[in-house]
Amino acid sequence: VFDGMSVAGFTIGATKGLLYLRGEYAYLLPALRENLARRRRDGLLGTALCGQDGCDFDIDIHVGAGAYVCGEESALLESLEGKRGVPRIRPPFPVTVGYRGQPTVVNNVETLCKAALIAVNGGAWFAGLGTKQSTGTKLLSISGDVEMPGIYDYPFGVSVAQVLNDCGAGNAQAVQVSGPSGICLGMHEFSRHMAFEDVPTAGAFMVFGAHRDMFEVARNFAHFFAHESCGFCTPCRVGTSLVANCMDKIADGHGSQYDINEIFKIHRLLHVASHCGLGQSACNPLFDTLNKFRPAYERRLRSLDFEPAFDLDQALAAARQMTGRDDPAAHFGLAARVPGVTT
Amino acid sequence: MTQQSILLDGLPVPFEEGQTIMDAAMAAEIFIPHLCHHPEFKPQGSCKLCTVKATAATFRRARCRPRTAWRSRTTRRISTTSGGRCCRCCSSKAITSARRAKRAATACCRRWPTNSKCCRRISTSSTPIGRSMPRTRGAARLQSLHSLRTVRARQPRRRWQARLSLSGRGITKHLIVNAESGRLADTDFSLTDKAAHVCPVGVILEKRKGFAVPIGQRRYDVDPIGMQVERLAHRTTTEEEI
Repeated sequence: VFDGMSVAGFTIGATKGLLYLRGEYAYLLPALRENLARRRRDGLLGTALCGQDGCDFDIDIHVGAGAYVCGEESALLESLEGKRGVPRIRPPFPVTVGYRGQPTVVNNVETLCKAALIAVNGGAWFAGLGTKQSTGTKLLSISGDVEMPGIYDYPFGVSVAQVLNDCGAGNAQAVQVSGPSGICLGMHEFSRHMAFEDVPTAGAFMVFGAHRDMFEVARNFAHFFAHESCGFCTPCRVGTSLVANCMDKIADGHGSQYDINEIFKIHRLLHVASHCGLGQSACNPLFDTLNKFRPAYERRLRSLDFEPAFDLDQALAAARQMTGRDDPAAHFGLAARVPGVTT
Repeated sequence: MTQQSILLDGLPVPFEEGQTIMDAAMAAEIFIPHLCHHPEFKPQGSCKLCTVKATAATFRRARCRPRTAWRSRTTRRISTTSGGRCCRCCSSKAITSARRAKRAATACCRRWPTNSKCCRRISTSSTPIGRSMPRTRGAARLQSLHSLRTVRARQPRRRWQARLSLSGRGITKHLIVNAESGRLADTDFSLTDKAAHVCPVGVILEKRKGFAVPIGQRRYDVDPIGMQVERLAHRTTTEEEI
């Protein structure tokens, strides 16, 4: 990675590189600092790199609290500057106005790592890997219901089924590619290929076994987005928590087709009106699971029309307790019509 | 040289190089619904109410019209479900809210169940105005959304001055102030501060000012925002094209 940063700095004429390290990975800091110090001793960093005049580059490590939204480049820059990690308005893009108003190239460490490898092995070597439109290899971070989770390196174009086979996922019913914002693949899609032209991936690869409830998975993602929303723009701040509420309502057994339509509506709104990719993709996992695992939702729906989020009869329970009544007239709904039935 | 112009919902809007769509529309007296925009501050773009669809070459066919209207309505609708505080321009709770805001200075977003619209309840029970009110005044009564505009209006000139900031994230994001007690009353914040007046959603409210203008005579009682939008959107291109 540091080699890649140096290559990038040399190419664009930058003299300063920053590595953003999330607080969770602070334990890596001593080793990384040690590595940087060794590079400075060896003349690979600092002034006159490799003895070439005018080729200066140094790297600093910035430790930040991090957040899901800090994966967005302009939010990352805000965080680097010590502010709240909130995406900026673009344009201007970071290449023209970035870190402290300077032109900045923001890249993933994996990209920079590949840049270093290309610098060593040449472009033809890289172009020879993968498929025609997606050259090179991709690191997949495999987790979930597999025997051997971990980081796998595959050339682009590998099929989902092969990845599942290699990591020992015998009983998978779904795979979430690219993390919560990505695509959820059902079993019938395992023959698809990991490449930009088919299933684009950011690297995350979550496997869900047959015993998982895909509705609960989606509900978990909905809460994740409601939690991770930075709160800057209204559609995302409110929309993500409305979706989470809808999912809770369905989970509590009060859901109806109305709630599913509500989720679709919010999905459409978030997609067009959100400030950044977090909001735009916040409903993706729900949308995918709704389309591909509809029975998981439908068996929770109370009716196919509309149900209110609260139980009126239940709400009267406290009043019944206080008045000591339990006759049908003190109930509402089914319990009022059929004596002896408690909801 | 003819002036450059864009077509907004079929109407020609002249603009200058570097001007935002919002500024151009305001200069042409076309109302794009908005909350966070204020001519005196840098555009911020957090309320997303003003979102319009740019259709480039097909602008002349005004394809943006239905989607724009739908979007801002929906955004407004979801905005109204997010809070329990009422805006100073319209609310029956304005005075209580102001007192609470002054006392606690933390204008928290309270989470409301998806389908409960507190403002609808208030307006139907406390106002005789009629059926068009709740929705059309929606934009004016977005409640307890944090207001960056308020924060931006409060740039301290001296060190001991009150400084407003945002804290928390997502739906729990709220306004905080740099007093040890967390109370706005313990700072030098005063009514002469711009921040006391710019909040579009009533996060900071002036005390004892509820209903300075009686219900029925308020700005959007006479010509509700929604009506305005619809009327403006239905204007045809009868106006002379530039």
